[in-house]
Amino acid sequence: MITKRIIPCLDVRDGRVVKGVNFEGLRDVSSPVELGMYYSSCGADELVFYDITASSDGRKLFTDILQETARKVFIPLTVGGGINSVEDFDRVLKCGADKVSVNSGAIRNPSLIFEAAKRYGDQCVVLSVDVKRVDDVFRVFAKGGRENTGLEAISWIKQCVESGAGEVVVNSIDTDGVKGGFDLPMLAEVCDAVSVPVIASGGAGKIQDFITLFKTLPKVDAGLAASIFHFGEVHIADLKEKMEQENIPTRRL
Amino acid sequence: MVAIIDYGVGNLFSLQSSFAAIGAEVTVTADREVLEKADCILLPGVGAFEDAAKKLRSTGLDKTLKELAAKGKPLMGICLGMQLLFEKSYEYGCHEGLGLLKGSVRPIGDVIPADYKIPHIGWNGLILKKESPLMKYIRPGDCVYFVHSYYAANCDASVIATAEYGAELTAAVAEGNVLGCQFHPEKSGEVGLKILKAFVEMGEKK
Repeated sequence: MITKRIIPCLDVRDGRVVKGVNFEGLRDVSSPVELGMYYSSCGADELVFYDITASSDGRKLFTDILQETARKVFIPLTVGGGINSVEDFDRVLKCGADKVSVNSGAIRNPSLIFEAAKRYGDQCVVLSVDVKRVDDVFRVFAKGGRENTGLEAISWIKQCVESGAGEVVVNSIDTDGVKGGFDLPMLAEVCDAVSVPVIASGGAGKIQDFITLFKTLPKVDAGLAASIFHFGEVHIADLKEKMEQENIPTRRL
Repeated sequence: MVAIIDYGVGNLFSLQSSFAAIGAEVTVTADREVLEKADCILLPGVGAFEDAAKKLRSTGLDKTLKELAAKGKPLMGICLGMQLLFEKSYEYGCHEGLGLLKGSVRPIGDVIPADYKIPHIGWNGLILKKESPLMKYIRPGDCVYFVHSYYAANCDASVIATAEYGAELTAAVAEGNVLGCQFHPEKSGEVGLKILKAFVEMGEKK
């Protein structure tokens, strides 16, 4: 039976993990390579590296780090951040990424998903979308959630999947950082609209939030989170043990 | 030495790294002499069957692989590489494969229920069907990472493992020295590395 995936997300700037992490036993807590290896050993099913570098020097550092990670971590790696062209896909895929996530790049250039899917296959293209309710309508936000694009989220997601996005990461701005649980109503609408895997992001604060997510919305394939893993508030091994107890299919080491 | 076949299909960085991680000497090549010297040969592949099969034929690698397989050298295909070992594929038409294993490659949509997503993507547990040296370190239920929309059908003789996805899909095959994994061992954590280790050991024994 296919298992529900647990995915830690690492924000990387100038080659370092941005939010300080708090783990015993890690020599360098802001090394993406070490943190990636640590998560893999804890049972993470996939890693997302998000490049928030602005400079080209930082870009180079990022791809070096990606390559170093791919040399040492043998679970799927998804890369996002600064993906605006098919050349950007090429750049990170060559360094060991398995999937590439596009967000603002797809809004600026609506043919990007189609072009990338044609060249690398649907399975390689992940749509990442930041969604927020505005007057009771789900709207797509750009620039890290600061700018309302005016796009209606569900039809945008559908359009991207039709163009070739093989997975969708739905990040709810409304629940992000609140730690009160995932945005179940928003995720339910997305699950009904598309038939590709849906990855829930934004709002997880504790183990029970993941259990509620997978129990309430069996169509959700994965849960993604960042700081609760980095700060040790949720340990992936504990989370997976609980999932197993609750009969949610999960990969155990 | 493990030879990973380079025929311009897909990225081989992770595969190379995974063999390096288990301490195996590895080379990426399309050179017949190197393939002859190798202890075992790995046929990778992502993308479309027709395109990959054409590339194997136009480079003469198809003949080389058949000859070396006939001599008993361990040959393992991964993902599309596994599918290429079969007689034919019904991916966008009907295309001839290497024919080293009996069976054909068909869309998973033919056998899975309509509400199952395609591709079959993610970690799934292995159901072991037959003893095989390739699976000697693997326990039933160990999870491996799949990404595919087609599967090997009518291949009862060679199936050694399946995975449940609304139907039992072929996960791994073996017939003597000809082996294949539909999943990606190089992306399947420790379990995947153990399968690659078992493969390398099959080459060393010879």
